Amino acid sequence: MSTAPPLTPDRKLPREHYLNATYGIHSWLLTTDHKRIALLYLASVTFFFFVGGIFATLIRIHLLTPTGYLVTPENYNKLFTMHGVAMIFFFLIPSIPAVLGNFLIPIMIGAKDLAFPKINLLSWYVYIVGGCFVLYSFATGGLDTGWTFYTPLSSVYSNSAVTPAVLGIFINGFSSILTGLNFIVTIHTMRAPGMTWFRLPLFVWAHYATSLVMVLGTPVVAITLLLAGLERMFHLGFFNPALGGDPILFQHLFWFYSHPAVYIMILPAMGVVSEIIPTLARKPIFGYSFIAGSSIAIAVIGFLVWAHHMFVTGESTYAALTFSFLSYLVAIPSAVKVFNWTATLYKGSISWDTPMLYALGFIGLFLIGGLTGLFLACLGLDIHIHDTYFVVAHFHYIMVGGAVMGYVGGLHFWWPKITGKLYPEALSRLAAVVLFVGFNLTFFPQFILGYLGMPRRYHTYPPEFQVLNVMSTAGASILALGYLLPMAYLIWSMRYGKIASTNPWPATGLEWTTDSPPPTENFHVTPQVTWEPYDYKSRPELGLAGGTAPLAPAHGDD
Amino acid sequence: MQSQLPLYPEQASNFAPHVDALMVFITLVCLFFAVSVTIAIIVFFFKYHRTKPNAVGVPLHGDSRLEALWMVVPLMLAMVMFSWGAVIYVDYRHAPQDTLDIYVIGKQWMWKAQQPNGMREINELHVPVGRNVRLILASEDVIHDFYVPAFRVKMDVVPGHYNTMWFRPTRPGRYHFFCSQYCGTNHAIMGGWVTVMEPSDYAAWLAGSTGGETNPVVMGEKLFAEKACITCHVANGSGRAPSLNGLYGAQVLLADGSTVTANDDYIRESILQPRAKIVAGYQPLMPTFQGQLTEEQILALTAYIKSVGTQPVPAKGSGIAPATGKK
Repeated sequence: MSTAPPLTPDRKLPREHYLNATYGIHSWLLTTDHKRIALLYLASVTFFFFVGGIFATLIRIHLLTPTGYLVTPENYNKLFTMHGVAMIFFFLIPSIPAVLGNFLIPIMIGAKDLAFPKINLLSWYVYIVGGCFVLYSFATGGLDTGWTFYTPLSSVYSNSAVTPAVLGIFINGFSSILTGLNFIVTIHTMRAPGMTWFRLPLFVWAHYATSLVMVLGTPVVAITLLLAGLERMFHLGFFNPALGGDPILFQHLFWFYSHPAVYIMILPAMGVVSEIIPTLARKPIFGYSFIAGSSIAIAVIGFLVWAHHMFVTGESTYAALTFSFLSYLVAIPSAVKVFNWTATLYKGSISWDTPMLYALGFIGLFLIGGLTGLFLACLGLDIHIHDTYFVVAHFHYIMVGGAVMGYVGGLHFWWPKITGKLYPEALSRLAAVVLFVGFNLTFFPQFILGYLGMPRRYHTYPPEFQVLNVMSTAGASILALGYLLPMAYLIWSMRYGKIASTNPWPATGLEWTTDSPPPTENFHVTPQVTWEPYDYKSRPELGLAGGTAPLAPAHGDD
Repeated sequence: MQSQLPLYPEQASNFAPHVDALMVFITLVCLFFAVSVTIAIIVFFFKYHRTKPNAVGVPLHGDSRLEALWMVVPLMLAMVMFSWGAVIYVDYRHAPQDTLDIYVIGKQWMWKAQQPNGMREINELHVPVGRNVRLILASEDVIHDFYVPAFRVKMDVVPGHYNTMWFRPTRPGRYHFFCSQYCGTNHAIMGGWVTVMEPSDYAAWLAGSTGGETNPVVMGEKLFAEKACITCHVANGSGRAPSLNGLYGAQVLLADGSTVTANDDYIRESILQPRAKIVAGYQPLMPTFQGQLTEEQILALTAYIKSVGTQPVPAKGSGIAPATGKK
C-alpha cells in the first residue's frame, strides 16, 4: 500500500533514547522523565481497563436472558458498580491525559519535561495508592452502590465495602489535580521560542481545557465522597434525611464534578482527533481558532449544566429550565468541532492509515453520542428516558465510542514515536473496523431499549426486552475482539515491529522533529518554531509536493 | 397491536402523544445532521484519497461565514427543542386542581399505594381512565423512582420529603411500572402493574373494600389521640399548640414574620422537625416524632389533619394568617 507508513529496511533506532538511557527497576519506579511516567500510566490504566472489561463481559453474558442465570442480584449490582468505578475513575479519566498528554505535551511545546517532574511521579503513586484502596474494596465484599454513590443508599443502606472505595477515589482525585496543575503551568511557562499560543497543537489546547476542569472540579467530588464516607462511618448527617441531611445535596455536589468529568474524558480525545485529521489529510485544520476556542467553551459551560442529571428529582421547575437551556448551549461548541473536522477533509490528501480510521470512527460515534445528548437535555423527553438504557447507550457512545476510540487512535498515531516501532498496518485497520462494528451493535440497540422503557441497572427484565439485549451481547463479543487485537499486536510490535522513522506520516508537530523514540531530554537542541501549526507549505524539509523543495520520495532516509 | 420489535411503548396517558411527537421531531433533526456529516465524510474519504505518496491537501484555513452558519443554525434548532420540551415539562410539574390523589410509598423493595378511600395495594396501582391522577410519593429508606413507560412519566421518590407527579390515563389496560432509580439489591424486581379501568369499573373495584381500620382518616384520628397530639392541639384553640382546624391549605403566620402554606410537606416537617417552623405566638414545645412514625402513619395523620381542614377555624389560637385565611 503506497499510503502505509513507509519503511526503510535497514533503519536503526537512535543509539541512545529515553527507553535505554538507564536500566533497572529503580530507573522506572523513581524516574522523573515524563515519557517513562507516561508508560507507567499506560501499564496501569490498561490493567484497570481489563478489570473493568471483565466486569462488562460478565454483565453482558448475564443479560442474555430475562431472568439472568449467571450471577445473583447482589453480584450483578456489584459488577455494574465496579465496572463503572474502574472504567471512569481509573481508566477513562487518566487515559489520554496521563498517558498521551504526559508523553506529548512537553515535546509538542518544545520543553525538556513537565514543569514539576517530581510532582508528576507523585501523581502516579497517588493514582496507584487510590487504585489499591479500590481494588481492596472490590476484593473484600465488592461495591454495590452504582458508580454514582447516591445517598442514602451508599452512606447508610449498602452492605458492601463502600468506605475503602470512596477513600480510594478521594485519594485518586489528587492525582488528577496534580496532573492538571502540572499541565497548566507547563503550557504557560515552558513553550519553546516561537511557540506562541496560536501555534500550539490543538492537542495542547484540548489538554489545557481539560486541566482547568481537573483542577477546579476534582476537589468537589473528592470532598463529596469523603462526606458520604464520614456519614457512613460516623453517622454525621450530611445527606441522610433521618439525621437531618439532604440526599439531593449529594447529587448536586456529585454532578458538579461528574458532569464536567465527561469533558475530562472527551476533550483530550477531541485533541487527538484534531491532530490525526490534518496530519493524515496533509492540510491545515479548518478553523483552528474555533476548535481551540470551543475546547475552552466546553470546559467553561460544562461547569454550568450539572443539574440536568436531576430533572426528575423534584428540583424546582426554574432550575430545570435553566439547566436544560445551558445544556443546549454546550452542544454548540461540540457541533463546531465536528463541522470543522469534516471541513478539514475537504480537498485533503487523505490517507487510509489506521489512525485516520479511528479518527473518522470517533467522529461518527461522537456524533451519535452528542446528538442523543440533545434528547436527554430536553425536559419533556427526559421525564421518559431518564435512568433508562437510553442514557446507558448515550454515555457509552461518548465515553467509549468517543473517548476510547480517540485513545486507541492516538496510541496508534504516536506509537512510532513512543516505541520507535511500527505496528502491523493491515491487522490494525481490520481491528479498527471490528471495533467500530462491534461497538455499534453493542450500544445502538440500547437506545431503543431505553425508549421502550427498560430502566438501567436491572439484573432481570421483562421478556419483551430480550431480543435487543441479545443483540447487544452479540455486539459486545465482537467489541471485545476489537480491543484484544490492538492489545496483542501493539505488545508484539514493541519487540518485533519494524523500526519507525523520525516522522513517518509525516506530520508538522515538534514531536516529529526529534528521534523516535526521543532522547531523555526530548531534543538535542532547543527547537525554534517558525511555522504555523499543520502548515505543510512552509515545511520543505518534509519533502512533500506542497513544499518548495524538489519532489522526493516522502520517507526516504532520515 | 405492537409488532414483534416495537420502537416505542404503548401510548396510555395524556403525555404520551406529546412526548412521542417531540421524540420524532428531535430524531428527524438529528438524523439530518448525522446523515449529512456521514455522507460528507464518506464522499471526502474516497474522493480525496491520497494516490501519490508525497501529495498534500489544498490549504484551507477556515471561513468565518461558515463558522457563523454552523453555530447559528444548530443553536436555533436547539432552542426549538428546548422550548418544546419545556412546555411539556412545565405542564407535567404543575398538576391541575381537580386531581384524584393517591399516596404511593416506596421501600426496599416494594411499592405500597393507598387510594383516597384508604384501600391499599402492593405493587399494583388502579386508576380510572380519563381522570387526572396525582401521585404523592414518599420513601421509607433510599431514593426510588416511580416510572410508567406507557405514560412516559417518572418521578424520583426521595426520603425526607414528598414529590408529586400527575398524568391522565387515556386507555384502559395493564401497564408495567418500574423503579428506575437504583435502590439496592432487588431494584430490578421493585415494580408492578398499573391497571387503568373504566370509571364505573374503578368505582366498583374501590367499593369492593372500604372503611374500618384501613381508612387513613380514621387511622390518623386514632394516632392523633395515641401519640397525645390531642393534648396540646386542642380543636377550639385553647391548647398550648395551635388548633389544626381549617389548617390544611391555609397560610400560616410564623414567628419570624413569614408565612407558609400548610401543605403535605409542611405538615410532615412539623411532625418530624417541629422546630423548623414555629407558628407565631407559640412556644417551641413540641417533641420530634422522627423515627417514631412510619411514612404510612405520617400520611394517615396528614389525612386526618386534611379532614379537619374543612371544619371552622377557631377564633383564637389557630396560627393561621388572618389576612389571607383559607383558600
